[in-house]
Amino acid sequence: MRVALEAVTKVYDGDVRALDELSLEIADGEFFVLLGPSGCGKTTLLRTIAGLETATSGTVRIGERDVTRLPPGDRDVAMVFQDYALFPHMTVADNIAYPLRLKKVPRAERRAKAADTAARLSLGPYLDHRPAQLSGGQQQRVALARAMATRPTVFLLDEPLSNLDARLRLEARTFLKKLQHDLGVTTVFVTHDQAEALALADRIAVMEDGRVRQIGTPREVFQRPANIFVAGFIGSTPMNLLEGECVPGDGDPTGSWTDEIDVAGLRLPVPEEATGLVGPGDKIIAGFRPEYVREAEDGIEGRVEIVENLGTTSLVTLATTGPSVQLTVPEEREPAIGTTLRVAPQPGRTLLYHADDGDLIDDS
Amino acid sequence: MFLILPALWTLYLGLTDYRLTGAAAAHPRIVGVDDYRQALGDKDVRDALGRTLLFVFGSAIVGQNLLGFLLAWSLRSARAWVRAAVETAVLLAWILPGVVVAWLWIAFLKDQGGTLNAILRTPGHDWWFEHPMGALIVFNTWRGTAFSMMLFSAALSNVPRSQLESARLAGARGWQQLRDVVLPNIRGHILTNTLLISLWTFNDFTPYLITKGEPHGASAVLPVYIYLTALPGGRLGFAGALSLTMLLINLLLALAYVRILRRRA
Ligand SMILES: Nc1ncnc2c1ncn2[C@@H]1O[C@H](COP(=O)(O)OP(=O)(O)OP(=O)(O)O)[C@@H](O)[C@H]1O
Ligand SMILES: [Mg+2]
Repeated sequence: MRVALEAVTKVYDGDVRALDELSLEIADGEFFVLLGPSGCGKTTLLRTIAGLETATSGTVRIGERDVTRLPPGDRDVAMVFQDYALFPHMTVADNIAYPLRLKKVPRAERRAKAADTAARLSLGPYLDHRPAQLSGGQQQRVALARAMATRPTVFLLDEPLSNLDARLRLEARTFLKKLQHDLGVTTVFVTHDQAEALALADRIAVMEDGRVRQIGTPREVFQRPANIFVAGFIGSTPMNLLEGECVPGDGDPTGSWTDEIDVAGLRLPVPEEATGLVGPGDKIIAGFRPEYVREAEDGIEGRVEIVENLGTTSLVTLATTGPSVQLTVPEEREPAIGTTLRVAPQPGRTLLYHADDGDLIDDS
Repeated sequence: MFLILPALWTLYLGLTDYRLTGAAAAHPRIVGVDDYRQALGDKDVRDALGRTLLFVFGSAIVGQNLLGFLLAWSLRSARAWVRAAVETAVLLAWILPGVVVAWLWIAFLKDQGGTLNAILRTPGHDWWFEHPMGALIVFNTWRGTAFSMMLFSAALSNVPRSQLESARLAGARGWQQLRDVVLPNIRGHILTNTLLISLWTFNDFTPYLITKGEPHGASAVLPVYIYLTALPGGRLGFAGALSLTMLLINLLLALAYVRILRRRA
């Protein structure tokens, strides 16, 4: 079911503003990820949708229903907590069936449903175990099963993968994506891991300080971060962000000239979507990903300072006269530390941001 | 040392017909297990034991446990100053010296000019005389609740919040959260608390300070009965046997508790 938040504000204890006039809309059946650094309000937002926190102001809607003041038990949502919140004294089957028991579903039917859901999550052999007898990954699936068993209209997950080790986490991620696809249930997933967000989401909301800084598909958010905050947050290697200025170009034989960008002595053409939006003298920030940096004779000069192995590529950090620049190079092509390189972004891979407010300069 | 010597002395006394006065005082005879056999057969002893069980059940197992839990539960979400005020009041009842609280309660329930009679407009009603055990149970509940309250407060703050919230999301009402999440999580604490307060109440001598066992032994719980037997009664040997029986009951309770704890771990 659709979830809509309108100007939701949450203030804790009179002074902590965890959500600030936040509005967003989650489509029916969508896998929606809330992403942002620690303390930005992701959990608060999720708990406000669940009803565990009441919005200080604003409206929360699930479907067409205004649920802002409804208690959590009446919202028809299910939540998976970071610590799974399984009941230690109940068996796996009783844990899964607990919401059904509260709904007065007869015992036999409850048991059948629990067994059914458990089998689906490969928990069949563990129905009579206690949570403490299960591995972390199994406990996480029990929590999922308990949330699924009631067929909620909205599924809320707060960093459910963060207690798993790296390999299990990848497995669980794939599994979760498939499960959500099969069930088609609207899902809100909180994480501070941008790779997880990019992998899972239909759409991502990137948050900072109780506000949404950008909403978009993983591709949009990755390729065109709407501001330097998102640009610096998304991507396994952070984007190069270099201060620069718009300058008149050298002109061509017909005597006309076009504007160019000057960053660290390097001349770059103004990106197409920014044409006409900047003029000579404007301060800008040029952003380009390390993946899109190549060697160039007239590029920015820098000394190789650090080489980090990322597997199939290596991340090279260059010390320049200004801020350092990072680029990736294919494996076994790493330059030696201390050597000098000249590098420039690949044509068409540079984004321009206003130096003052950090917003992307484009015509949309 | 301090425990073992008196215990051995008691054991010895229990095996004799030692008396404070008379021939038996100078030459106590070893009467062996006679005192013990007599102790268990004696109707007065059985009555005292019954009163003690009622006292323990009413004031500790039900009274202090329940009141302590209710206070801890309702103070969870109370304002800081309400919480502080209630906690201070309850703690005060606990830490005041026995003599002081005894006087307070004698005054509170007195037939002439007692506070309760003034409140209820029932002048001349002698609570201590007419309901000695009931009054003692109320008194001991009042006096000992602080311990249960504090223990349960600590236990409740350790119940994982996410478990409670999971239950709320599943639609659990207050009492269902209590039944399905809170109580199972604090079972061990309830057990510990019940054992400790039972032992303390079982051995509590404060009732003597209030009623001296009156009227006619109707409020003489076991420790009071033993004391009355030993000193005014002068039958030290018999009292020793009773003391040892009490010690054994304490020991049995503690052992049972340790066993239950072991099995849970
Ligand atoms: N119960 C509370 N009382 C007071 N302040 C709170 C409470 N819960 C959260 N906050 C504050 O609200 C802000 C947002 O917290 P929230 O837990 O929503 O962040 P988050 O994005 O989930 O962070 P993390 O990634 O660390 O989980 C933080 O500044 C936090 O200190
Ligand atoms: Mg959080």
